[in-house]
This record gives sequence, structure tokens and C-alpha cells, in this order.
Amino acid sequence: MACSIPLQQSDRSMPGLSTLLSMRDIDKHFQGARALNKASLEVGAGEIMALVGQNGAGKSTLIKVLTGAHRKDAGTIVFDDKEVAFASPQAAQAGGISTIYQEINLIPYRSVAENICLGRQPRRYGLIDWQRTNNEARRLLGRFAIDLDVRQPLAEFSTAVQQMVAIARAISFNAKLVIMDEPTSSLDENEVKVLFDVMRQLRSEGVSVIFITHRLDELFAVCDRVTVMRDGRTITTQPMSKVDKLQLVSAMLGRDREDVRVQATGFRRSPMASTGGEVLYTDALMVGYRVKSAHVEVQSGQIAGLAGLLGSGRTEVARAIFGADPASGGEIRVLGKPVHPSDPAQAIKLGIGFCTEDRKVEGIVPDMSVRENLTLALLPHLTRFGVVNEDRQREIVDRFIKRLAIKTTGPEQKIKDLSGGNQQKVLLARWLCTNPKLLILDEPTRGIDVGAKMEIQSLINELADQGLAVLMISSELEEIVEGADRVFVLSDGRTVAELSRGSIDAAAIMHAMAHDTPVTGAVNPVP
Amino acid sequence: MSEAQPIATNARLPAVWPRLRPFATLAALLVLLAFNLAVTPNFVSWQTLNVNMTQVATIVIVSVGMTLVIATGGIDLSVGSLMAISGALAPLIFLSPFGLAHPALGVALALVVPVAAAAAFGFFNGWFITRFGVQPIVGTLVLFIAGRGIAQVMTNGNLQVFKNPSFQVIGLGRVFGVPVQVIIMLILVAAAAWMLRRTLLGRQILAVGGNERAARLSGVPVAVIKRWVYTISGFCAGIAGLVVVSINSSSDANLVGLGMELDAIAAVAVGGTPFAGGQAMVVGTLLGALIIQLLRYTLLANGVPDSAALIVKGAVIALAVWSQQRGR
Amino acid sequence: MTMPARDRSTSRPQLLKVASQQRVMIALALLILFGALRYDNFLGSFNVFSVMRYNSMFALTSLGMCFVIMTGGIDLSVGTTAALASVVSALLSPYGLVPGLCGGLLAGVVVGTVNGLLVTRVGIQPFIATLSGMLMASGSGLLLARNQSVSVSYDTSFTELGQGDLSGLPVPAWIAIFAYLAGSILLNYTAFGRNVLAVGGNEEAARLMGLPVARTKFLAYLQSGVLASLAGVILAAQFGAGQPAEGVGWELFSIAAVVVGGTLLTGGIGSVVTTLAGVLLLGLIFNVLNFENGMGWISLSAYWQSVIRGVFLMIVVMAGSGKKWAVFRRSLAH
Repeated sequence: MACSIPLQQSDRSMPGLSTLLSMRDIDKHFQGARALNKASLEVGAGEIMALVGQNGAGKSTLIKVLTGAHRKDAGTIVFDDKEVAFASPQAAQAGGISTIYQEINLIPYRSVAENICLGRQPRRYGLIDWQRTNNEARRLLGRFAIDLDVRQPLAEFSTAVQQMVAIARAISFNAKLVIMDEPTSSLDENEVKVLFDVMRQLRSEGVSVIFITHRLDELFAVCDRVTVMRDGRTITTQPMSKVDKLQLVSAMLGRDREDVRVQATGFRRSPMASTGGEVLYTDALMVGYRVKSAHVEVQSGQIAGLAGLLGSGRTEVARAIFGADPASGGEIRVLGKPVHPSDPAQAIKLGIGFCTEDRKVEGIVPDMSVRENLTLALLPHLTRFGVVNEDRQREIVDRFIKRLAIKTTGPEQKIKDLSGGNQQKVLLARWLCTNPKLLILDEPTRGIDVGAKMEIQSLINELADQGLAVLMISSELEEIVEGADRVFVLSDGRTVAELSRGSIDAAAIMHAMAHDTPVTGAVNPVP
Repeated sequence: MSEAQPIATNARLPAVWPRLRPFATLAALLVLLAFNLAVTPNFVSWQTLNVNMTQVATIVIVSVGMTLVIATGGIDLSVGSLMAISGALAPLIFLSPFGLAHPALGVALALVVPVAAAAAFGFFNGWFITRFGVQPIVGTLVLFIAGRGIAQVMTNGNLQVFKNPSFQVIGLGRVFGVPVQVIIMLILVAAAAWMLRRTLLGRQILAVGGNERAARLSGVPVAVIKRWVYTISGFCAGIAGLVVVSINSSSDANLVGLGMELDAIAAVAVGGTPFAGGQAMVVGTLLGALIIQLLRYTLLANGVPDSAALIVKGAVIALAVWSQQRGR
Repeated sequence: MTMPARDRSTSRPQLLKVASQQRVMIALALLILFGALRYDNFLGSFNVFSVMRYNSMFALTSLGMCFVIMTGGIDLSVGTTAALASVVSALLSPYGLVPGLCGGLLAGVVVGTVNGLLVTRVGIQPFIATLSGMLMASGSGLLLARNQSVSVSYDTSFTELGQGDLSGLPVPAWIAIFAYLAGSILLNYTAFGRNVLAVGGNEEAARLMGLPVARTKFLAYLQSGVLASLAGVILAAQFGAGQPAEGVGWELFSIAAVVVGGTLLTGGIGSVVTTLAGVLLLGLIFNVLNFENGMGWISLSAYWQSVIRGVFLMIVVMAGSGKKWAVFRRSLAH
């Protein structure tokens, strides 16, 4: 079977005139938690539909349900005038839906041509005909006006090109719908431009695209319509010409522009609170490719909020301060002294604690007990002549279990058996028992039920009042609005706004988060 | 080594299995003992116990170190070769002119230096793996190949035959009727178990294996811990080498410790320590080695040829690991 | 628009890959040059042929190991499979060359199948699975041979497989050459070969791309068993006896040869040709040592070869050190 795509000359009518995909009333539960709540999505033939929403809004789950990676609990999916329920991504691909993921799901060491044709290479006398394979690949890429040496290993090329290759492969399967999940997150401006040209080319051939991204400027450059999701529901679907960024952000976050909210969190920050000396100061911080110039300051007794959309570089900033990743430029001062933390152990000695974003991957040691996990960072201090002082350890653990109201059958229970909220409390206690001067919290209440959320928030509040300096990263606007004495807003790796108590409100933060850098080819220049 | 394989969904074990698993090893051992009591003639005798314990002691001594290495998610293929080095060094020392002139000192050095040397090579393993980010299987492969060669070069491949009662105490001596190497084995098992439970090093070893990223972010010195476990593994191999040459009253660099790494890995696997790291069942390893040994003995004592016993051993290891993985 | 091949950082990874594959060839060439210049009979037909004859067995096991490693796995059973096959073929040798050969290969099929099933169906990681296979093969060999060598029958043409010559070259060398040619074609021109590299390169992606991952892995272990058994048959034919206790260390020699040749243990990158170069390189070290001793300038015992091989492996590993690839691969996963 030759590796090729038929040219689909659709009649170029207005997008949305004929519906290609219709998902309605989709429900999905995961172990009791509701991931999708009557979600819906509709995509017309030959249109580019944007799908946006914050972390946990349900966009990935919806797509996984569509492509068969997850099974829906309820709802209908109609694709190309037929009701479908794909059993696996391979089945979806055979049915005409291809997905391009953020991680390139191709084989890095194999050539570009091979990746495009893998599994269906043209043969001659039973053996693979490389010349024809290479030619096919060139032809496919040529449709997107891309010219490269298809014999080179895929890994030799930038992520942008690799994505084109993934798209070329997807198209070669006669895809009618291509889903792109965060394709631009590691591309620079020029590469994004190329990608958009490819997307427009697809559209002109009648292939529809679902474009998932958190970079709102891009939507205006290339999409026809946008669907916003939040809390597992589809909030709205609008033509791009009828919305602006601020409206999108408020729809994503569930806030109206002029919303005045009643106290919704456990934070009670007093505007008059006196704060102490400088604990943390960073400026012009550069980390990897994502953080270009970050500025953050925290004083003792103060909660500094670090706000920004997904991908703005907040976690990278935190990790650099903690020494988990090296900073490539800029200045970091702790308690007035310039430091260059090269590993976490050093940062801990400086009095910094870091509660990570992803409990499972970087937080808990699953087979160890609550006691072990809680005292992990403090362990060297509980040791004499190499032996751990178990009495002191138990005493500290009991104290913190009480203080944080950690629900566990006992300190010996394996931490993986605790609920998410209680696991998070144990991790919080891990740092609190080291008596830090600066506590960095990355999404401290993510994935936790409301009750535990409030508890943790009050606790952080109390700690700050007692003099702890806190740097808090949160995607939940309320936490920042009510919990922060100062807010630093990151956008695309740069600190774009600094707000102090008195001028911290949802509108100001959202406006700063929606901060724009014009993208080439933008149809609607952002106000 | 490739990533952990996906767990097959063909067979199932009851849901209560994970909690029973630690006892399964013990149960299997008891079943074997019961079988032998019933069927094998002359099973209940000091001689039987002696023979079995002696054969198993060397393997367990090495396996203790191997358990720690595997607990960090690594593996040590060089233990057999390190045994050869240690076993070659000892006679070289007490048979040397210096050793002959000062017999007491000679024996003392012959007991200390080889073990220290093996530990130093173990440290090299740890350093090599951490410094270059090399997979343990490849990193320790270097000494697997070169280590035996070093032992052979030191002795020129010659058999060293000797008779040195004070040195050979380690392999032939007895305390209250119990062979010295069995005592050493028990001490090492107890010490390792205690270390894992009560000391900073032990807890940090388990943290590194359990979630290396979380451990690093909690200030655990991951590279240092890894270097420690490989050093301890070398240390254990060194002791085992001394025991083996003592028992045989000879040291053949070509043969000492041959195949020992696989025996140790098998004991660890059957004993229940997961290869992904994060847990170290030292007592389980002891039981695992005993099971493998007893299995072999059971078959031999009942007329089954040794070669068939080998086949059974292979099957048992696969079975043990499979059941281990199912219980996660 | 033209997209030049460039990486995010520099084009160093490209150089690295090129260098590592050529490196072993260069080293081999240098070693041959050294030997040719220094020793009189190094390039003489006697030496060349005996080197080829002896190393053909390792060449075969290394080829099998190469494919398995390329899928990201490992096969510890190649040595004992060879031993088992040598016994089986020796036992069948009185019936002729073909029965002896087929019997030996059958043994390899059985072991390879067991390994393959343990890895793909039972889900045990390759190290343990093939460790099991190794013990079972070893036991089987010893059992069949009743713990002793099994003499090969000289009444039939069986020994030709090991001791014979064909158009000047030793038969085992022909077998190895043929196997490598077939292996190279398989790797570069068949779906199976490309699937092997895909599965080892990114198993999850291969699965998502619809490739038959389990079948590919199974076949890799199967062919490793067959090639190891072929080596065993040659062993029996060459030395006149099936030896159930042989094969010790063969698996680790094969791994070393594959790694020295530049194939990554993590899978996904590899070459049949460089594996052969790795085998020759490691094998020639022994040869060179023999010559050195013969010259009497130094008396380096044959034991030095292990040390040298180990050091060599160390240097290869250091030079292609994981760090660069780790950074490289991380840069892909943004």
C-alpha cells in the first residue's frame, strides 16, 4: 500500500456549514470524580476550532474520549455522519481522526521519511523500497511547502519540524480531522508561523483541525471558532471574530470582569500587616528556554503570589530558586545574600522548602509510611551517629498529624493509601517541620476537596502571620486574590505585572495574564 | 535494561495477595521443609542442616549487598569477579614472604585487605554509574569482564593451594557447632535489616529507590547513596570470596564466584525485593536463597539429577518474579 | 521553505552519532594495522582463518543479541542455549549433518520461544526472563548430556560444519557471513527490522503508531535463540564434542561486542555491521595478545585480555556517555 493522501477538494463553503464532528452530553467519571459533565463539542468540515480551558477543565479528557483512549460513560459522538465509539487511538486513526500530541509520538532515531511511512512502507520484491519511501515523504511534506532531507534522523530537527512530520504522517492516513494538543508550547515565533501555514493548508483541503492551546494570541491568528471548557463542562462556543482575550480568560476562569466575590478561601490577609525583611529576591531570572526574565520578591510574613497561565514559566522559576534546575542567568538573593543553589540539599540548608506541583511524580515515596514521608527532608537532623532517633521522629509526626488534621489510620500507614488532600498535607508537613524561612508552594490545593482546601489555606495564612515567607503558585484566581499580599504575574516567561495589596483584584490579574505579544499574522490585534 | 514490562492481564491472583506476599516466601519454604520431612530420608539431622547452610551462606552474603543495590533500582553484575579478586588476594598476602615472616599479621591483613579491595572496586562501580549516568547493567559489566581478569593476572591463572588454619577459620571454623560463615551470614542479614530500618542511610536508600526525584527534591544525596550501596555490595562480595577459598583450601581465580551474580539476583528475586526499587527485603532474600537451595537439595536427595534441578530453578525464578509483579 | 537539519542547541548530536558508529570501525582498522605491521603472520591465511573460525560462534550470538538489544531488551541465555544446542546436535550427529543441524536449531527455537513468551505474554522483564531461560537451557543441556561432553560422530559429514572449508574460507565463517548479510537485509529492508528499531526507539509511540510490538519482541527473542543454537552446532562440529558446560560468559561477551559497536542498550539504535566490528575487535585483542607473547618481548598472559576488554568497554561507555543522549532526548519532550 503506497503511503499517500488523496486530495480532498471540498467545496469551499463557510466553515460550520456541514458538521463533521458532533459530541453531545458527554459524561465521564474517574473513581467518583467527575471529569466531564454533559460536555459537548462541534466542529464543522474544513474549519479550525480552538479548544481552551485551564488545567483540569476537561479538554484532554474530552479528546481522549473522542479518540478512544477513554470510554465515555454517557453521550453521543457523531463523526462524518455516523455515530462512532472508537475503541482505541489506532481505531480512531483508521476512522479518520488523527492526533498530534505535545510529546512527539514518533521514533526519534529513525529518519523523517521512515517515521512518516512506518508500518506502510512501499515495497519492491518484498523488500522495502527506500527510494520510493523517501519520495513519498518528500511529496507529503512538499504539500506544506516544507523541503528538508527526509533521510536525516527525526531527532536532528527542531520540535517544530518534528510536529510537521507528525502531521504529515497523520494526514497520510486520510485524516478528516486532526487534533493538535498544545503543538506550539515549545516553538519560537517563526516555527509557529510555519505551523499556522500548515494548518491553513489543511483547512483549504477540507481537513478540520481541533487546536488545543493555552496561548490565547495564537487563536486569533489562525482559528475560526473557539470552544471554552471549565470544570468538565462546555461553557461556550463562539466565532473568533466575536470574542476578545479578556472574555476568553474570564470564561476559562469562571469570573466576570466586574465580579465582587465573597470570601471564598481560607485566607485572611490584612492589608495593614507589617512585614519583615527581604527573604527572597530574584531579578532577570533565566531558566532553560521558558523563563526569559522573571522578577519575584518575598518578605517574611508575606505571601507572594505567582500568577500566570499554563506554560508561563512559574514552576520553572520555583525550581530554579530551589536549585532543582540550574538558572542560566539572573540574580537570586536569599536573606540578602546572593546565592546559586545547585541542588535541593543546598537550598534546604538555606532555609527554603518546596512543595511540588505533582505529588505522585515528585512528591510522595509511595511505598513508604506517612511517618517516613513526613520526615524525609528533616531526617538528617533527627539522626545521631547515623541512627535515626525514632522517638523524636514519632513526636514530630504526631504533632503535625494533629496540627494539620491529617486523616490517616496511623503514622505507619503507607502514604499511597491516603487521599490526595491528606497526601498533600503530609508533604506540606515535610517542609514545615524543617522550619523554613521561605516556603515555595506550587499549586498547593490542586486536586483536593473543598474542605481540605480551606484547611490548607488557613494554615498557610497562619504560617505567614507567624513570620514565614511564602511564594505561592496557583492557577486558582481566588487563592491569589485573597491569599497574596503581593502578586507577580508571569506571561510567556517574563514578569509582566507586579501588584500590591490594595490593587490586587481578579480583573487586574486577568488583564495582566492576558498580556499580549502580537503574533505574526494575527487577524484580531489584541486591544 | 529495558523499562519494566507491562503487566500481563492473562492470569489473576486474589485481591488479598499483596498483603500475603511477604509471607508467601516463608510459606513456600515451610512447604518445602514439610515435604522433605515426609519424604526425604535422613532429612532431620545436623549434617543435612550443615550442608545446606554452608552452601547457602556464601550466596546469602553476596545477596545482602545485591539486595541493597536492587533496592535503589540498580543491579551489580560484578560480584562474582570481585569475589575472585578477594579470593586471589588473600593467599597472596599470607603466602608472601612478609606473610610467612609475620603469620599473625599476615592472616589479619589477608582478612582485611581483600575485603577492602573489593569494597574499593565496588565504590568504582558506584562512581562510574553516577558520574557518567550509565545504566547499572552496563556499568557493572565493566568489572564483570575486567575484574576476573585482574584476579587472573594477579595469580597468573594459577591455583593457589594452602593450609592456613587461622585464616581458614572463616570458612571451616565453627562456633558452638555453627559454621563461621553461617554466623557471618546471619550477622550481615541482621545488620542490613537493622540498617534499613533504623539508620539514615537505610531510609535514604529506600527513598532513592522509591522515588528518586522526590528524594532528590527532599535533599537526599542521591549520588552518594548510590555509591554507598555499590561499595557495600563489593564489601559483601569480598567477604564471600574469603569464605569460598577457605572452604576449598585453594584459590582458583578462574572459578571463584563464577555465576554468583546470577545466583544472588535469583535469591533477591525469589525473596520478594522488587527490581523497580524502593523496597529491600533482606530477610526475604535469605529465605529466597534457602528456597532455591532447599529445592535443589530436595530434588537431589530424591534422585533427581542436578541438571534437572537447574531447570526447576529457572522455572521457579520466573514464577516468583511473575507472582511478585502481579501483586503490585 | 527549506528547513536545514538543525537541533535546538548545536549539531553535536549528529556528529556524535556519526562518530560512534565509525569509531569502532576506526579502532578495528587501527588494531589490524598495528597487528599487520608488528607481527609477521598476522595477515597470513592461517591466522585470519583461525580467527574467523573461532570467532564465528561469538559473531552469531552477538548478532542475535544485537536484535534483542535493539528492541530494548536483553538475552542472557545465548551461552547456555549454545551449549544445549551443541549437545543436541552432537547426539544427533551420527544420523548425519542435517539431523544434527536441525536438532540443534530446534533447541534454539524452543529456548527462544520460552524467552519470548516470558517477556511478551507473562510480562516479566527481559533480564529475569532470560535468566530463567538461561538456567533452564543449561539444565536441559546437562541433563541430555548426563553431565559430560558428548562426542560427535565422525562417520558423517557433521564435522564439516565446524572444521570444513569452502572455497578457502572456513565453513563457520561462511555461516556467520551469511547470517550477517541476512541480518543486515532484515534490519534495513524488512518491516520486522524497522519495527525492531521502532519498538526499541520509543515503544509507546510504536504502539500508538499501530506497530505489532509484542510480536516484534517475540520474534527478536526467537531469532536470538536460533542464532545461539547455530553457534552451538558450530561449537560441537568444530571441537568434536557437544559441551553442556560451555557457553559461560558468552552472553556478556556478546553484550560487550554489541555495546562496543555502538548499539545503545536502551534500544532503538543499532547496526549489524558495527556489531560484527565489535566482535572482531574484542576477538582480535586475544589474537594480538597471543602474538605479543609469541614475540617474547613481553609475556602478557591471556588473562590480560579480560582486563583489556573491560577497560575498552569502559572507555566506550564513557565516551558515548549517557549524559549527552539524556539531554538530547529531554530536548525532544518539551
